[in-house]
Amino acid sequence: MPDDTQSFLIKNDRVVDADAWLFLDKEASSYPPTGAVVVPLSLWLDHRVDLLQREQCAVWLDSEQEPEPLRQDLDTLSMVAINFPVFSDGRGYSYARRLRQLGFLGEVRAIGDVLPDQLHYMSRCGFDAFELRGDKSVESALAQKSSISVTYQAGQDQPKPLFARRQP
Amino acid sequence: MYVYDNYDHTLVSERVEQFRDQTQRYLAGEISESEFLPLRLQNGLYVQRLAPMLRIAIPYGMLSSTQLHKLADISSKYDKGYGHFSTRQNMQLNWPRLEEVPDILAELATVEMHAIQTSGNCIRNTTTDQFAGIAADELEDPRPYCELIRQWSTLHPEFAYLPRKFKIAVCASEQDRAAVHVHDIGLRLKHNDAGDTGFEVLVGGGLGRTPVIGPTLCDFLPRKHLLAYLDSILRVYNQLGRRDNKYKARIKILVRALGVDTFREKVEREFDLLKDGNMTVPDSEFERMKRFFSLPDYAEIDANEASGLLRQQASEDKAFANWLKRNTHPHKQAGYAAVTLSLKPTGIAPGDATDKQMHAVADLAEQFSFGELRVSHEQNLILADVRQTDLFEVWQAARAIGMATPNIGLMTDMICCPGGDFCSLANAKSIPIAELIQRRFDDLDYLHDIGELDLNISGCMNACGHHHVGHIGILGVDKKGKEFYQVQLGGNSDLDASLGNVLGPSFSQEQLPDVIETIIDTYVNLRSDEELFIDTYRRVGLAPFKERVYA
Ligand code: SF4
Repeated sequence: MPDDTQSFLIKNDRVVDADAWLFLDKEASSYPPTGAVVVPLSLWLDHRVDLLQREQCAVWLDSEQEPEPLRQDLDTLSMVAINFPVFSDGRGYSYARRLRQLGFLGEVRAIGDVLPDQLHYMSRCGFDAFELRGDKSVESALAQKSSISVTYQAGQDQPKPLFARRQP
Repeated sequence: MYVYDNYDHTLVSERVEQFRDQTQRYLAGEISESEFLPLRLQNGLYVQRLAPMLRIAIPYGMLSSTQLHKLADISSKYDKGYGHFSTRQNMQLNWPRLEEVPDILAELATVEMHAIQTSGNCIRNTTTDQFAGIAADELEDPRPYCELIRQWSTLHPEFAYLPRKFKIAVCASEQDRAAVHVHDIGLRLKHNDAGDTGFEVLVGGGLGRTPVIGPTLCDFLPRKHLLAYLDSILRVYNQLGRRDNKYKARIKILVRALGVDTFREKVEREFDLLKDGNMTVPDSEFERMKRFFSLPDYAEIDANEASGLLRQQASEDKAFANWLKRNTHPHKQAGYAAVTLSLKPTGIAPGDATDKQMHAVADLAEQFSFGELRVSHEQNLILADVRQTDLFEVWQAARAIGMATPNIGLMTDMICCPGGDFCSLANAKSIPIAELIQRRFDDLDYLHDIGELDLNISGCMNACGHHHVGHIGILGVDKKGKEFYQVQLGGNSDLDASLGNVLGPSFSQEQLPDVIETIIDTYVNLRSDEELFIDTYRRVGLAPFKERVYA
């Protein structure tokens, strides 16, 4: 779960104001009756039917929580946030990729230990919002995000692998 | 050989600049030590006991003369004038300066080389048979597939933060010279009854603390699905591999914990999602890749005449005859041979080459072997396409640079990790052990009489020297703060792979040469006519060796 220390929210290659989403703790057992909340997976699974009534709903996954249980709700969710407890825990990259391959069109947000040098791979895997750690440089993050222009593999940014695009 | 186009060039150049920026930010204190760690590792920079070490990728062991000249130049300009060829078909510099690494990488980029993903918890350099493309027992040339895998794995966005390092090996011949059974993924090229190309996929093999022969995950994977299937395996591993204990983080532990059948189900769940999608490789791409590895312009050679000449030269010169027997290898093209240039002379760390040697070898390749050469996982250099009629001249040239030791495949052609002299993880030194044994067995006739024997040495359980699959394996262990060595017998890395068995209590450095000699004596006494060491061992087992050694 991200703590409250200042972080920068990056979307569409710029810093945007923190939005109204309220992230609930992983242990939370209840949620406020109104407002935009991002609930942990367990709460979502327990109160899915009720939560689905709300105008907007969102879930966050911790690094050991695969997105599979969300499969049936992907049309409804506005956002899935994926937590990186430490930047070197790479499970979230696969979760994001899998969510996109299952057809999820909402926002996929990286939260937690999100560093400038991770943004390039993250965005290729399907993340489109990044809560950059507050002590890091936004300029570096944006520069790194676009530091490599050639991609051999298909990705969210590029639906075809290079072998299908190569021109002599 | 594969030739970069604009895309490949752009990628490595941008990568160099990316790392230059990262290094500067690290030196300026904007990136912490632990945050910089995976960034530098995935650009080849490892910090060892004495200094940083830069591991340069030599994809599936292929090098051009131009590239080797550049490696020689880099070794003299940025290092102490030599490089170390490793068992992963890479080259390592032992003393580069951190600040200069981006410049080294930029120089490498000018000759289509890089150090991407040669360290760190990511997909590493793919390895294959050093005789790819020239071996008579080969179904197809594996290199086009290796290049396809190289591109797929390079900067793969999903798999840069795996639980642990990940190594893939490919073989396409009857005899497995790529050790596919002891890799995270081993691919054995096959043809099915319809004549289509595909792969047997082995998963979760490995050496290290828990050596495992990899089980079969898929008996025949059509080649068009290769990348989608690799993606599926990696994704299961990335999600479920252990991250709490680095000794349990390799895929072999996951496969063992789940059982191969459950693991397969999980892979197939991912594969269902990816199969027949955009990762499906069209035939046209395989054909394009194959064109890079088309046959060189072989000359028409009268093979009888050539071998007649060789016989005559060999009969006149015993030293040449020995070399011919050990250091040249059959070639599928009549009148040609492959030549191994030995990097295992006595007294030099196995795999080390000086800048002068590298320049000389590059010239030899230019003159005699279409300007290409290979690095073998036994840490030697290979000229793959030499005319038989040129062998005598090549031998003389190789001798002049100290690379004609006629010991290929013999006991003194050992695999040896850097060990305690360089590596901070080591329990014990390994290079001095190699030297002690080489000195004890310096009688060439005796060595030839002993015959083919793989002797592998690792300085610790990480097994970079592949001791588990040496016919004789030596492992450095720590006994109350002292360096000791455990000996194993009966390992093998061919297609009938096996892991060695521990002989018994470990030995001191001083005891080791005697122990090895006793083992060899025991073998020589027990062997029947043509039996190699490994055959005798398999027939008689550990007991007779144990009795003699601990008598
Ligand atoms: S086997 Fe151990 S000592 Fe040898 S290089 Fe590997 S980690 Fe270092």
